[in-house]
Amino acid sequence: MSNSWLEKILPSVGRSSAPKKANVPEGLWKQCPKCGAFLYRPELEKNLEVCPKCDHHMRVGARRRIDLFLDAEGREEIAADLKPIDKLGFKDSKKYKDRIVAAQKATGENDALVAQSGTINDFPVVVVAFEFAFLGGSMGSVVGEKFVRAANISLERKIPLVCFSASGGARMQEALFSLMQMAKTSAVLSRMRQQGIPFISVLTDPVYGGVSASLAMLGDVNVAEPNALIGFAGPRVIEQTVRQKLPEGFQRSEFLLEHGAIDMIVHREEMKDRLHSILSKLSRHLSLAS
Amino acid sequence: MNPNYLDFEQPIAELESKIDELRLVVGDSEINLTEEIDRLKGRSLSLTESIFSDLSPWQVAQVARHPQRPYTLDYIKRIFTDFEELHGDRAIGDDKAIVGGIANLDGKPVMIIGHEKGRTVKEKVARNFGMPNPEGYRKALRLMETAERFKLPVLTFIDTPGAYPGIEAEERGQSEAIAKNLLVMSSLKTPIISTVIGEGGSGGALAIGVCDHLMMMQFSTYSVISPEGCASILWKSAEYASKAAEAMGLNASRLYELELVDQIIPEPLGGGHRDLDQTADSLKAGLIENLDKLSAKPVDVLLEDRYQRLMSFGALA
Repeated sequence: MSNSWLEKILPSVGRSSAPKKANVPEGLWKQCPKCGAFLYRPELEKNLEVCPKCDHHMRVGARRRIDLFLDAEGREEIAADLKPIDKLGFKDSKKYKDRIVAAQKATGENDALVAQSGTINDFPVVVVAFEFAFLGGSMGSVVGEKFVRAANISLERKIPLVCFSASGGARMQEALFSLMQMAKTSAVLSRMRQQGIPFISVLTDPVYGGVSASLAMLGDVNVAEPNALIGFAGPRVIEQTVRQKLPEGFQRSEFLLEHGAIDMIVHREEMKDRLHSILSKLSRHLSLAS
Repeated sequence: MNPNYLDFEQPIAELESKIDELRLVVGDSEINLTEEIDRLKGRSLSLTESIFSDLSPWQVAQVARHPQRPYTLDYIKRIFTDFEELHGDRAIGDDKAIVGGIANLDGKPVMIIGHEKGRTVKEKVARNFGMPNPEGYRKALRLMETAERFKLPVLTFIDTPGAYPGIEAEERGQSEAIAKNLLVMSSLKTPIISTVIGEGGSGGALAIGVCDHLMMMQFSTYSVISPEGCASILWKSAEYASKAAEAMGLNASRLYELELVDQIIPEPLGGGHRDLDQTADSLKAGLIENLDKLSAKPVDVLLEDRYQRLMSFGALA
């Protein structure tokens, strides 16, 4: 997997209890990473990639995410042509250039964010979704710029923005350019607030670092899927720093709800209807004004 | 090894200790060693010049973390008058990793906010080595909003390894605290000048670093992750920190070339700790000059310029 570095810093919490991987033929069957049940793929898809046995919400790609959310008709892709470049000539064990090409090939996307305008139950919205399979959903210049372009469409059309985040944080290979995307995306959200255009941030497994510490925590309403890992610092970094075991359920959605960081946890099946209900209330003032 | 010198400065340290020895000899003998001492001093100077004219990013990172590096409180003492420290976030406590308060700069009132690492061991512990918890960022936010109300320009000084990665920090919303500052600073209705004085460690630095004019001290660094952190993830070992520092280009001169930083403040030969007064003078001049320029702008122009500056960040096709 291209994001092995992320695996390393992210889900150590609760991992020990994960089931042992068995030999399953790739393709038609998938093993639930939480309860270990073998699931028939067509059935899993019908169930929105949620384990029918234990209700575990599996990670889904950006396009599938948007498919599950927007109405089928009337969608428009936003800023699809933006492409990453390797301004710094960054090279670790691999060249950043090669990592980009590999990620593009694996995902079919130019970078880690997909943006579309469309409707949910006939209610117009702009949606952006992170592609975690693209370098761990990391935020570099393209993600930042595309997020801003999507938000600008929200501002122009006075329609809400919904963001589904799944990201390890800022993209190291773009160094300070990545860090500045935190400021850039937060600035456009400040404009949205000034104009009274709603922004709902939906945090899905996992959201960390520079994405968590910018756009993802700035929703007028912050929503999470059940049991998602969400935090600023990764569990391993914290464990190494404080030298103590992390509490059970640390950095899970339920933990964040308990500590007041998010407004609600919403099951994938209910996501569309619940957000529609919230957005129609927050947007009433916009239709009255026009 | 002389602890006052970094490892790549040890040749300088050896020369300096020779000079000290000769001076002692001069003290209790008739031999005239002035010429020899002057010669060694000259060599020490030219050696320092040659070493510091071509520092690698990793070496700059070490100077930026030098134990005698000037910190926010050192600059406050030398640059401002009538400093009144303001404490607390009004909710959890007073995070000493961030100091703030009002003072005069060249006779004009300003709001100061900066990371503070602490000099002595005891102070370092009390200040958590300059790694703020959420309440530190929320104190900073409170002070920025106070500054906006009273039309005080905000001057921030960045010097942190990063926001603290602790259990309580997560419980109290480290991410949200940082994010909120980014949001508010992007549209705060008063000029903001940020200066990286030492280590600009990631989101924990940026959380007081959204500004109209970004300056970096000559031997400071600013990066998305520490060189050690980057190395341990991408190279699988923190030992590759120097390679990571090189790859990220975290030093002031590189970031200036990339147009991510607006201005570099020169430091004395050998780094700011060699002459605190001179370093502070040079920073003070930069602050006054830019503050005059920014203060002349009407607020709507200031905010639009700041917004466009933020929107311009990115390298893409």
